[in-house]
Amino acid sequence: MPILSPADQEYLRQVFAERLRDPVTIVLFTQRVTQIRIPGYECATCRETNQLLEEVAALSDKLTLEMHDLLQDAELAKQAGVEEIPAILLKGHNKGTVRFIGVPAGYEFATLIEDLIDVSRGTTELSPLSRETLTKLVQPVHIKVFVTPT
Amino acid sequence: MMAIESEKVTADVVEVSEFPHLAQRYRVFAVPKVVMNESLEFEGARPEAAFVAMVESVAGRQDTEGSSQG
Repeated sequence: MPILSPADQEYLRQVFAERLRDPVTIVLFTQRVTQIRIPGYECATCRETNQLLEEVAALSDKLTLEMHDLLQDAELAKQAGVEEIPAILLKGHNKGTVRFIGVPAGYEFATLIEDLIDVSRGTTELSPLSRETLTKLVQPVHIKVFVTPT
Repeated sequence: MMAIESEKVTADVVEVSEFPHLAQRYRVFAVPKVVMNESLEFEGARPEAAFVAMVESVAGRQDTEGSSQG
């Protein structure tokens, strides 16, 4: 049973066809559903996230899903600074790091779709003034935005 | 969007109801809540210019370094 309805899939397929420009890799750190359950390591939303992203990635040739198991690929997760799963990293024309921690449901799903497009095009809708400021930052900034699905 | 425009920026969107220990660590009582470099935090949305100004205050800006006091 797909998470995305046929109508949603068709809508997204069209949005991706019109607005994606260059390829984007969606890197997902998760828990493989085939894996033996280890007490204390059950990831409540990994199964849903895996399926949702597989469905999204299937809607465009420009999207590639790269799935890593947090325990099996622990070294890679460490390099990526991933401690919680599911964790999604977007790789395309982004200069900095764009991540989603937890299932991207509700309003976050819309944010994910918009970010996929921005990362694919390497452009955002920020004002020229904001963009200029951002190119002149001195120290690294780690911004965490805490949200709940609505 | 900020992280797309600057290599200095890492942006995490955290679905906090899945991670109660993060809600506790960052004292998330209302959403959206934003934390920058563990040093600046606020609740609620901000206009773009105000948000960028806060990023700038945390990260510093090249062409105003050392001259902002004078």
